[in-house]
Amino acid sequence: MNWRKKTEEVVAREIMRFSTYSLILILVFIIAVIFVKGFSSLTPDMVLKTPQGGFYYGGEGGVLNAIVGSIYIACGATLIAIILGIPAALYINVSLTRYKRLKNIIRFFLDALWGIPSIVYGAFGFTLMLLMGMNASLLAGIIVVALLITPIMVRTFDEILSTIPRGLHEASLALGSTRTEMAYRVLFKQGFSGFITAVLLAFGRGIGDAASVLFTAGYTDLIPTALDEPAATLPLAIFFQLSSPIPEVRERAFAAAAILTIIILIISLAARYLSARYSKTNLR
Amino acid sequence: MNSSVITDTNLSEINLGIRGNGHPPIVSVKNLNVYAGNHHILKNINLDIPKNKITVLLGPSGCGKTTLLKCMNRLTDLYHELKVTGDVWIDGDNILKSNDNIAALRQKMGLLSQRPYPLPMSIFKNVAYGIKLKGIYDKKLIQYNVEKYLREVGLWEEVKDRLHQPAVGLSIGQQQRLCLARGLAVRPQIILADEPTSALDPISSKIIENLFKELKKNYTIILVTHVLRQAVRLADHVVFMSYGEIIEEGAPADLFKNPATEKLREYIYDGN
Repeated sequence: MNWRKKTEEVVAREIMRFSTYSLILILVFIIAVIFVKGFSSLTPDMVLKTPQGGFYYGGEGGVLNAIVGSIYIACGATLIAIILGIPAALYINVSLTRYKRLKNIIRFFLDALWGIPSIVYGAFGFTLMLLMGMNASLLAGIIVVALLITPIMVRTFDEILSTIPRGLHEASLALGSTRTEMAYRVLFKQGFSGFITAVLLAFGRGIGDAASVLFTAGYTDLIPTALDEPAATLPLAIFFQLSSPIPEVRERAFAAAAILTIIILIISLAARYLSARYSKTNLR
Repeated sequence: MNSSVITDTNLSEINLGIRGNGHPPIVSVKNLNVYAGNHHILKNINLDIPKNKITVLLGPSGCGKTTLLKCMNRLTDLYHELKVTGDVWIDGDNILKSNDNIAALRQKMGLLSQRPYPLPMSIFKNVAYGIKLKGIYDKKLIQYNVEKYLREVGLWEEVKDRLHQPAVGLSIGQQQRLCLARGLAVRPQIILADEPTSALDPISSKIIENLFKELKKNYTIILVTHVLRQAVRLADHVVFMSYGEIIEEGAPADLFKNPATEKLREYIYDGN
């Protein structure tokens, strides 16, 4: 190897190394700041109690209302996104194999939907609620977040399905499978780890988004017990507390952010575990 | 098919090769044309495939052998760019015109691809998948058939202790035999084999070739290959293709000893 190639090799490797580790460093830094700033407020009460009187002025209580509300909304929306998203992704990859242009148009629209800022979804949901005479509620939050995350779910799963070799489609059809059998019994199984990734991405986006639920889910100190009741969410809890002039309340915002991060980490680890377990047994 | 070539050569001998066993052809291809945009991939193909014989589609890469094979079980439907005209008669059904039950028509033909594609499930379930598609759900019957077809391809002894392990854990040669067992489990009449040994080592290739010799007692095999020696070893009937046309066809002994066209002569010369 001459000196020019050697230099090129070293520079390229160092750039890649720097990019990788700086990203990890940024993540560690974010988590550290959140935990350090919120540590003193990260008490069992914070997780196990709803806001008590004077909570927003430094009084007692926690953000259980927002934790439960966020989980309700993210789980509900992810469920809807799965129900809508899996058939859509399979349809693109199974039924539209002969219609390349239509497939590209659908993908273009899904990408556009993915790119729309969440505040636009929130405004759309709010307009729809006014038209239908609905109040801010858990149901409205679930529907709007589902609209927000479904394109993410579909496109992520679609990308995975599109990498499945055509030979597997042919092998399955040649056995006499119908397209539906091929889609659900072969392609879905083959792309299952990608499906887990899609669910994780969608759930993460759903639980962490503030703008879409700002107008639609509302905010309450109570845990919602019905779909037509308003629901608090962690991103809004962070937003409201961080805007407070009282230092203790601002600390609680960081504690709420830490709780949100922990939930996402748990979901991420669970998804990775499921995915790895699935790959190991490879669908016995 | 280039009919003038066939007419000019000793047609009677060729026909003996095709219909010598007294059976009508199991597959009849009539005036088959395949286009991809402006590209004419298969040009007016006319071909009869004899029953319980190994018919080898021989020719250089890109001559349309695989496309011809895919027309026979309508896998060309998956390719948006392909336009197919003509007829492919299999067992009294014109598979290209039929809209009834493509899945059932495809079950008449097992497919073995260039490289094996085990389904994302266990060895057992790979074979059971095809059996269930035939409407058999009785557990004992499925178990019996899984063993039967794995024995038929000589894989039973090698996998009987790990039937519930993932199929992708098998060696590539074993995977190819598993795919063959899976294909046989849907009880096809014809096995379509698209260069099935191209990804295999010589030992695995030999196993597959020997299996074909055994299987032709009960099945008609259509084998795509560009390997001349493989055609010599296996073929009962050879169809030589070039640039989307059938150049010559007939019994291998005649065809390889006395090629009627310059193209086949060159191919044989280069192959040797």
